[in-house]
Parts: sequence; C-alpha cells; structure tokens
Amino acid sequence: MKKLLIPALLSALLAACSTTPLPEDGGAPVESRSGSGTGVTSVTAGGVDASGLPRELTDPKSKLSQRSIYFDLDKYDVKDEYKDLVAAHAKYLVANKGFKVLLQGNTDERGSREYNLSLGQKRAEAVKRSLTLLGVQEGQIESVSLGEEKPKDAGHDEAAWSQNRRADILYKAADGRGEF
Amino acid sequence: MKSKIARNLLKMNAMSRISRRIFLALALCVTGLAQAQLSIEITGAGANRIPVTIVDFPGDPTASRVITATVRSDLERSGLFKLIDNGTAAFDENAPVNHADWKGKGADALAAGSIARSADGRMEARFRLYDTQKGVSLGGAAYVTSNSQLRAAGHRIADYIYEKLTGEKGVFSTRIAYVVKARGQFLLQIADSDGQNAATALSSIEPIISPVWSPDGGRLAYVSFEKKKPVIYVHTLASGQRHIVANFKGSNSAPAWAPDGRKLAVVLSKDGNSQIYSVNADGSGLQRITQSSGIDTEPRYSADGGTIYFTSDRGGSPQVYQVGASGGDARRVTFEGSYNVSPRPAPDGKSLAFISRREGRFQLAVMDLASRQVQVVSDSNKDESPSFAPNSRMILIATEIGGRGVLSAVSSDGRIKQRLSVAAGDVREPAWGPYFQ
Repeated sequence: MKKLLIPALLSALLAACSTTPLPEDGGAPVESRSGSGTGVTSVTAGGVDASGLPRELTDPKSKLSQRSIYFDLDKYDVKDEYKDLVAAHAKYLVANKGFKVLLQGNTDERGSREYNLSLGQKRAEAVKRSLTLLGVQEGQIESVSLGEEKPKDAGHDEAAWSQNRRADILYKAADGRGEF
Repeated sequence: MKSKIARNLLKMNAMSRISRRIFLALALCVTGLAQAQLSIEITGAGANRIPVTIVDFPGDPTASRVITATVRSDLERSGLFKLIDNGTAAFDENAPVNHADWKGKGADALAAGSIARSADGRMEARFRLYDTQKGVSLGGAAYVTSNSQLRAAGHRIADYIYEKLTGEKGVFSTRIAYVVKARGQFLLQIADSDGQNAATALSSIEPIISPVWSPDGGRLAYVSFEKKKPVIYVHTLASGQRHIVANFKGSNSAPAWAPDGRKLAVVLSKDGNSQIYSVNADGSGLQRITQSSGIDTEPRYSADGGTIYFTSDRGGSPQVYQVGASGGDARRVTFEGSYNVSPRPAPDGKSLAFISRREGRFQLAVMDLASRQVQVVSDSNKDESPSFAPNSRMILIATEIGGRGVLSAVSSDGRIKQRLSVAAGDVREPAWGPYFQ
C-alpha cells in the first residue's frame, strides 16, 4: 500500500492490533546506501586559471583594465558615465576579433537567488547591446549572470549593494588563455 | 487504523511557544566527511502533543542507547509528541505490558524492543508499539543494520510510530541537501533529516545554488558557477559522477525534476531574457515552454506533472504563474503584494508555498489551492528557497538569524518551527529529499 514498506514491515502491519509474533525470518535490511555509510562520494569542482592576457587589458593605467559597470537600483540600462568605458572595450574587440568577452551581470542580495540571477542577466544583456551597437560581433560576446552570488562588497547596506549592482567584463585571448 | 490519539492530534490548535533547546550536534557519527555539522533547535511545537514513552531496549546497552535516543529525539523534534520519561524501564517487544501503569504515568502509547546480533554479525532491532489506552498492540517491525547505521534503524522505528499515531507518513528516514558557505568554500552537503551524518557531495570555490533531488533520491540537479557562469549539472550521489545537463550560451539555472525523473524544467537565457525550457536528464531533447518578453524563472512541476508553477515579471512585478507542462497560456496565481516568488507546490497537491515580500520583509507564505487563501507562516524577514517535506507537513526554508544563514523548518500551518544551523558558516539552499526507497 505504500512504497516505503518493505516485506517485513508489511507483514508486521498485517499483524497490527493483535499479538501475533514479529516475523521470524530476520528483519528488513535498512541499508541500501552503498559507500562510506553516508552513501555520498565527495568530489571537488575544477576552476579556471586566469592568466596570459596582454598588458593593455590588465595594466591599471590602461582604461581597458576598468572592467566594471555599475547600475542604479532596479535599473538595467548602461548609465551615460560608462559610455566611454564601453566604447573603449568595443574598440578593442573590433580591432582584436580573436578576443572574446564574458559579461557577468550581478545584483544585490535582496530577494530570491534565482530571480536575482535573471535580473543580473538583464544587466549583462544591456552591456552586450551597447557593445554590439558599436560593432562588436555577437560571436565575441557571451552574457551571463552571477545573480547575488558573487558580491564585490559583502556588506548589507546600500553602500555595499551599490557596489554589487554591477556587470563585469572578463577577457579571453584567441589562444584560449584568459579570465574565463 | 487511526487511533483516538490521532484524532486528538488533529484537533490540535493554538501554537505553544515552548522554546526548548535540543542540540543534536552530538558527534555520534563523525566521519572524515562531516565538516559542518548541523544542529537543530526547536522553537515552536504543537499544543496537544501525543504523550508517548520509549522504554530502553534490553541487549547491547550502547546500541540500545543509539536507537532509543534517535527514536526519542525524532519524535520530540517533530513537535507532535511529548516524551514521557521511562525511568529505568527496559523490556523487549514480547514482554507483557502493564498498560494501566503506563497510562497512569501519562503515556498514551509505548514502544518496547530489543537489539540482537543477527547471524551475519549485523544488528537487528525489533520493536512493538502499544496503545496503552486500549491496551492493544499497534504492530511492530524488525530492521537489520550494521553497527555504524544504527541511527537509520532508529529513524525507521520513529517513522513507523509516527505513521501509526498520526495517520500520516513520517519523514525521519529522509535526507536533506543544502549548501554551506564557510572559509571561502561552497559545500553541497547531504545529511539525515535530523542534521546528522552530514557528507559533502561537492566542494567548490565558486557558488553552488538551487539543488533539487531526483524523485528516486539518488541524484541531485544543481547550478554550479565553477565555469564562471551558471551551468546545470546532474550529480549521482553514490558514485560522485556528474554530468552537464545544460550549458548553453548565457545562463543556465533553476532546474526542477519532472515527477517521472526523466525530464527537468530549466531556465536558459540563450535567447535573451530568462525563459523556461524542458530537457531530458541526459541533456537531450530541449523544448521551450514559456514565450514572454520578460523574465520567466523558478519552474516547479505540480505533483501530477501536468503543470508548471513559475515566477514571471510579465505583469510588471514578479508574481507566481502556472502553465501547462508543455507550454500554452499562463495563468496568474498570486495577486497580493508586489513580490511573490519561488513557488513550490506541495507533494499532496493541496497547497503552494512561496516567498512573499510584505512591508520589506521576505516571508514564507502558503496558499491553499482550493480556497486560494494565503497565510504567512514564518516570523523571520529574509526567507528564501522553500522546500516541502515529502509528507507535505513541514517546509524547509533558508533564512537569516543574527546575520547568519540558517535553515528553518516550519509546519505548513506555521505552528511548529525548528532551526538548523552550522557553527562556523552560512547554510542556505535547502532541498528536502524524497521518501527513503
């Protein structure tokens, strides 16, 4: 009658409300989990090695080392103050068609993780639109979201949240080396 | 088979706020894998709890203690039972029971049993449950287990007692999954429903979110950010084998198993905004389910598999909608307030849990699907990620207490509450597994 009930328990149930002895043929085994006793084998996820990009993308004196675009609360459009920065990255990508970028959208911590993931996606898409309007090919861009999972500032106030409403630009060179 | 005790229980009303602290962090089963032991604190219980006594089992005293302690703490933690002290009484399942005596001590039900070594060297726990008011046996069972898994036998006995006395199935033998963030690591852990026996299925320096159990309890689907973007994996727990189910261009998130365990609903941004698709568990057979210009996410199949509940901002604010499992027109389900997200239909199909923002607080709400009445059932402010127990009675949520991420189990009527936390980290993203199979 119920999936859970294994034969010994079933016969015990049939014996309910009586003084019939318990089954004599040995009880039901409890373990169907293999392994260490928890039935769980532990694994470690691999990571990404970030290195091997040209200096102009990483040198702090270069505008291209600036990779973050910040957004207002509940806003998903690239503000005017970031137009120059986006234009500089567009220019580099148009001139270096072998390079690819990963645009990671982020949100502050408030609300559902999965809904925030979708909101972060809108920020990444906004940066992607700006880049493609400036001539960058779609194939060079992937826009994704990290939602609220990777805050730049771990605080719980507006000062922290304003740092976390953000899209970041990650680069990968033609030889596959880079930040993603 | 429902006893008078069960009927009394159903009449239970008025939540009592006895705050008893029962820490179960005893290192009964510490293994090398258990890195972050959950401790459980009961913060609310039902008013009319069934008085029950579990006498000590004769035989191996250590094994007896492990089993009876497990049974007692399971029943106590459920909030539905009041444990009557058995003193030093110890007798087995075949001994005569002085029903009047135990009734006089306040116990409406009594369980007695024994532990013996079986022929192959494993332990056999046998027990019988009695209704002391009627003076009759309510049945019994025997479970065989290795010495290291005695607690599992205790959970099975507690499930049996729970079902006999309340008329609904117990969930003590189930497991839960959750994510611990500690020391810069994300650990996807599996523990018994009482927080014991924790084991790490996956550790990563990048976030892990949205774990969901396959209906057979053998696999988890989840979202891992180890590739610097959200990618959906299916992970077989026993072997540690994992494979990618969805890694399309863009974000891949919010997996939900179809009740048949063959398909998953997933959320992909490959065509722009987040939209809901279905995919076979091996990653083949992708089909689009929703078609909107906004965000559609957090899909969950109804228990019968016929429809999908999801979150959408198509009406201007995030609300819960329902659509046929293969698509079609969506129907709005939530109307009160401007932020209703993370819908989770109960396994019994009668209610829907979701997170509702009310005056700036994010709280667990439950809608009765027949009357469409909504009740807020938590008293915390940062509730997330609800997950029903397979018997639909309790809902596990992530919330925050004192700036730390903890899990909280709340009964679907809000009366019973438990809190699960780890000493040195944040716990989040709970998923209550299916019945033991």
